Amino acid sequence: MLTNDLSVVLPELALATYAMLALVVIVYTGKDALAHVSLWVTAAVMVVVALWIGVGPDQTQMAFNGTFADDAFSRFAKVVILLSAAIVLVMSQDFMTKHDLMRFEYPLLVALAVVGMMVMVSASDLIVLYMGLELQSLSLYVVASLRRDHAKSTEAGLKYFVLGALSSGLLLYGCSLVYGYAGTTNFAGIIETTQGSDHLSVGLLIGLVFVLAGLAFKVSAAPFHMWTPDVYEGSPTPITAFFATAPKMAAMALFGRVVHDAFGGAVGDWQQVIAAFAVISMFLGAIAAIGQTDLKRLMAYSSIAHMGFALMGLAAGDAGGVEAMLLYMTIYVLMNLGMFAVILSMSRDGRPVTDIASLNLLSRTDPMKALVVLVLMFSLAGVPPFLGFFAKYAVLVAAVEAGLTWLAVAGVIASVIGAFYYLRIVFFVFFGSERDPLDQNDPLVLRAVMAVSALLLLIGSTGLFMVVQDPATAAAIALAN
Amino acid sequence: MVGLEHYLTVAACLFVIGIFGLFLNRKNIIILLMSIELILLSVNINFVAFSAFLNDLVGQVFTLFVLTVAAAEAAIGLAILVCFFRNRGTIDVEDVNMMKG
Repeated sequence: MLTNDLSVVLPELALATYAMLALVVIVYTGKDALAHVSLWVTAAVMVVVALWIGVGPDQTQMAFNGTFADDAFSRFAKVVILLSAAIVLVMSQDFMTKHDLMRFEYPLLVALAVVGMMVMVSASDLIVLYMGLELQSLSLYVVASLRRDHAKSTEAGLKYFVLGALSSGLLLYGCSLVYGYAGTTNFAGIIETTQGSDHLSVGLLIGLVFVLAGLAFKVSAAPFHMWTPDVYEGSPTPITAFFATAPKMAAMALFGRVVHDAFGGAVGDWQQVIAAFAVISMFLGAIAAIGQTDLKRLMAYSSIAHMGFALMGLAAGDAGGVEAMLLYMTIYVLMNLGMFAVILSMSRDGRPVTDIASLNLLSRTDPMKALVVLVLMFSLAGVPPFLGFFAKYAVLVAAVEAGLTWLAVAGVIASVIGAFYYLRIVFFVFFGSERDPLDQNDPLVLRAVMAVSALLLLIGSTGLFMVVQDPATAAAIALAN
Repeated sequence: MVGLEHYLTVAACLFVIGIFGLFLNRKNIIILLMSIELILLSVNINFVAFSAFLNDLVGQVFTLFVLTVAAAEAAIGLAILVCFFRNRGTIDVEDVNMMKG
């Protein structure tokens, strides 16, 4: 039995063992001299694990008495998480070297956070859920304050820590109530107790609301978003790029896992809560972003709005909604990787700049990057024929089919408001006023990430969408049936 | 006779005190850490009470995990706090304000 269980968690086990071994080995040998090696090897290990999971057999396996699920849903999320984390690591190399942040523990902390995320998306028990979430969060608190001689970075880490711990507390209090009123921590057991009656008992309902609030913190959905702009602004840019991609995917997948696997019998009870999160996030993200002058803060509000759209897919409460959510998150991760490659490449006289005004007339000095920004912004705004449009289209259709037409209408209005600040950046890039030009010597890796993400967003509606859609459908069916 | 509801009431009170401690405290970040600890411990009381009530060991196992994680969390929180103090020379909540928000 044990070997059977272990074979199910082998990918997680491999990555965790790698991270721990690498920590010990590097501490006893080269320390920071080996930072580059550590970064590239970690990225390579993540890609290998992603391929291993991706080509694995398509089956549903449970391990450790049904507390850990390996199904199409968790595999889809894990592949996205691993690949995006590996790309962020590779992108960060140049920035980290320039700012004397190239420490060997950075890639390994990211690897441990990724192990936590993989456990999260596979969790089929409240204890496993909590342990995965904390492994991820504790690693992220540390990387947020990685620039420890810098007041803003430590402040970002402190804020993230306090609010993250609060959200864990809310989630845990919810877990304790769910355990008490369902009599079990296992998702399969919880869903059994909820069946038979139309509505949850009051205790379970309060527990569910606390759990949802804790999870909303983790996906930075409004009204639990207040940490996001500060943490995005204060953390070093490559770490902001990491925060914007893999943890969002993981937390969103966990959201789907909890509402469908544990509370799938009470869709009516959580649908309204998630719909409310979605509406508030979409509007808050769209409106609050308008006044921003810092690109990283802008991306924070942008990600709040995007989480609102992804939650709209989840609010549909069926397999179609989960599929739309997964597609949305995949495209969101792709757009954010491209955008953060642009932000990472922005510097003037060797110093990084993140204010929007420095993009003024980028089209004169760097036409290729200007074009990339154009594609990314149109895609983030949801303008056809870019991939971002199809992402929004998928969640809107899912919401309408589930009878939430008001939610879809609100989404369209919010995306029109949001389009204003995306298109304002495009205006600056092509028709802005004269400013000192940005530096020109971008690292090759960033150029490549920019070009690939822009290209995929441009032509993805024909090819990539098909590649991703089938696994997403399978994943959604595995979760919600 | 002390029943389940008494334990749940105590836990709920501690939880609320913890939450209020986080939001109303305007003095010291250490107090924030103490409030977080209070929240986690109130959850533990809940778990143990339910575990005894249900005659089910899982709740107590969960408590042990929570205790372990809380220790790790406190260690990381204090470490970040020390870094913050070195940069700013203060641990007043009011001074955590370099970025608006």
